Amino acid sequence: MSQSGGLLASYEYLDSTVDAIEQLKKAGFKGVKAYSPYPDHHIEHALGYDQSPVRVWTLVGGLTGTATGFAFTTWTSVDWPLVVGGKPIVSIPAYIIIAFELTILFGALATLIGLFILSRLPDLRPAVVYDPEFTAGRYGVYVQAEGGRLDEARNILNGQEPIELREGEGGANV
Amino acid sequence: MSNATKDPIVRGALAHPDVTRLDDVNRDVLKVLATPGKGWWALFSLASLGLVVFFTSWGWQLYRGIGVTGLNAPVGWGVYITTFVFWVGIAHSGTLISAILFLFRAPWRQAIYRAAEAMTVFAVMTAGLFPLIHVGRLWHAYWLIPYPNSRFLWPNFKSPLVWDVFAITTYFTVSATFFYLGTIPDIAAARDRATGLRKKLYQVISMGWRGTDQQWHHFGKAYIFLAALATPLVLSVHSVVSWDFAVSIVPGWHTTIFAPYFVAGAIYSGVAMVITLVVPIRKVFGLEAYLTTKHFDAMAKLCLLTSMIVGYAYMSEFFMAWYSGEEIERTAFWNRLFGTYWWATWIMLTCNMFVPIMLWFKRVRYSIPALFVISIFVNIGMWFERYVIVVTSLHHEYEPFAWGIYRPSLTEMGILLGSFCWFSFWFLLFTRLLPPIAIQELKEVLPPPMRKQKEAHS
Repeated sequence: MSQSGGLLASYEYLDSTVDAIEQLKKAGFKGVKAYSPYPDHHIEHALGYDQSPVRVWTLVGGLTGTATGFAFTTWTSVDWPLVVGGKPIVSIPAYIIIAFELTILFGALATLIGLFILSRLPDLRPAVVYDPEFTAGRYGVYVQAEGGRLDEARNILNGQEPIELREGEGGANV
Repeated sequence: MSNATKDPIVRGALAHPDVTRLDDVNRDVLKVLATPGKGWWALFSLASLGLVVFFTSWGWQLYRGIGVTGLNAPVGWGVYITTFVFWVGIAHSGTLISAILFLFRAPWRQAIYRAAEAMTVFAVMTAGLFPLIHVGRLWHAYWLIPYPNSRFLWPNFKSPLVWDVFAITTYFTVSATFFYLGTIPDIAAARDRATGLRKKLYQVISMGWRGTDQQWHHFGKAYIFLAALATPLVLSVHSVVSWDFAVSIVPGWHTTIFAPYFVAGAIYSGVAMVITLVVPIRKVFGLEAYLTTKHFDAMAKLCLLTSMIVGYAYMSEFFMAWYSGEEIERTAFWNRLFGTYWWATWIMLTCNMFVPIMLWFKRVRYSIPALFVISIFVNIGMWFERYVIVVTSLHHEYEPFAWGIYRPSLTEMGILLGSFCWFSFWFLLFTRLLPPIAIQELKEVLPPPMRKQKEAHS
C-alpha cells in the first residue's frame, strides 16, 4: 500500500455518512465522493457545494432562444415581404409567441446538455468501485488517499461502522 | 446534523406512502417490471387490436382522400381537431403535477407524477398525429416546418396555426426531456436489480448513472430549471391552442376568455385522466401502499377546483353572449343549447359541471371506485366540450346559406377509437419498461435512516 488507493464504504445510515464525510473533510482529504439513493442536502452541505453552473446553461440557452425567435421571424418576414391581415410586415406581438416557445425549447435543451457535461454523463464504462445497493437504500463514501494516509482514511470510515469497506486502485473510475 | 435528526418527523408527516425503509421502495416498485400478468396481456392485446383499426382507418383515408370523412364546407374541422385538442388537454395535467406542483412543493405529487408525466408524453404523441391526419396529404406535412424551400417562401408567423406548430413541438420536446431526466436515477435503480440483456439496456438508458454527489447536485438544479421552464410552457401551450379558435372571427370562438378557459379545461381533463389511469395501475400492480386515498383526495380536489373554473367559463360565455346584445353571438349560444347539437352541449354540461358536484363530499373523494367513475364522466364531457366548440360554432356562422350539418364518418370514428388504443399501447409498454412510480423522489419524503435515532430507541 505504498501507492495511492481508493476506499469505498457503504453505510446504512444517513448520519453515519454525513459524519464520515465531515471527518474526512476536516482531516484534509481531497477527492471525497458520496453516493446516495436520492439527492440529500445534508450530504451536499457536508461536501461544501456551491451553486451549480447548470443555471448559466439555462440562462444562455433561453436568451439564445428568445433572440433566435425574434430574429428568425423578422428575417423571414423581410425576406419575402407580404402584407397579411393588414398587419405590419414585422409584427412583433405575433412573434412574441414564437420567441417565447423557442426560449423554453432552447433553455430546456441547453439545461439538459449542461447537466450531461457537468455531471459527466453518459458514462458507460464499467464502474470499478460501486455498490448496486446505492440506488436502493445505502449511502456510500469514496475517498482517495496517498499511501501514507490510507490508514487514517480507513480508520475514519470504519469509525462510522460501514456495512462494507472496499479497497480499489487510486484514480479508479468512480 | 441537528437538522437531519429533526427532519424525519416533519418528513414522515408529509410522506403518504405507508413504507419506511428506502429499499422497500425499490422492491415494491421494481416488481412491477417483472413478468406481466394476464390482465396486462389482455389490455395490451386489446390496444394492439385497436392500433389495427387506427392504421386501417388512416390508411383508407390516405388511399381514398379526405373525402371519406364527414368534413366539408362549412364544417372543415370536426372529430380530428376535437380529438387533437382533447389529447393536448390531457397532456397538461401531467406537466402541472410534475412541474408546477414540484415548484409549489406539494408532497403528494411524488407518488403519481411519473405516471402523469408519462401520460403527458404519450398524450402529446397522440395529439401530434391529428394535425397530420387532418391535413389529409400526409406527405406534405413537412410544409408546416419553416425550411428554405426553392421559392424562399416562409410560413406566416402571424398565423395562430403556425404558433401552434411551435407550441406543440416545443411541448413535446420539453415534456419528453423532463420525463426522461426524471427517470434516469430510477432506470439506474432498475439496472442494479436486473440481469442479462435488460441490465445492459437499462445501463445505456440510464447513461451509467451512479448517484454520486456530483451527479445529484447538478441533477437537482437542472430539474428545478426544467420545472421552471415547463411551468409557463404548460400555460402557454393550451393558450396557443385556444388562439387557433379565438383569433378568428367565428361566433362562439372569438372571445378573450378562451386562453384561461382552455388551460383550466385542460388541467381538469388531465387530472381526470390521471385518476382513470392510476386506479387500475394501483390495483393491478398492488401499489396500494404508495397510492393512498390521500393522493386521490388531492387529485379530486384539483378536479373540483378546475371543474368550477370551467363551469364559470361556460356561464360567463353564455352570459356575455346575451349581455353583448350581439344578435349573431346570441344566436350562436342559443343554438348551442337548443340547436342541432343540443345533446352534445348537454352531455358537456352534465359531465363537466353537474357530475363533479359530488366531489364536494369527502366520502366520494375517498372512494376510489366513485372517483374512477366520475373521472370517466369528465373524460367524456371534456371530449364533448371540444366537439361543441369546434362543430356547433362552425356549422352555424354568419350567412344562413352557409349553414350545414356535420356527421362524423366511420373512418373518423375508427381513428378516434384508435387514438385511445395508440395512447394505451404506449402507456402499457411504459408500465412494463420503466418504474411507473418515481422511486428516487419517494425516498425524499421518507424519513432517512438514522443511526443515532435507532440507538436512542434501543
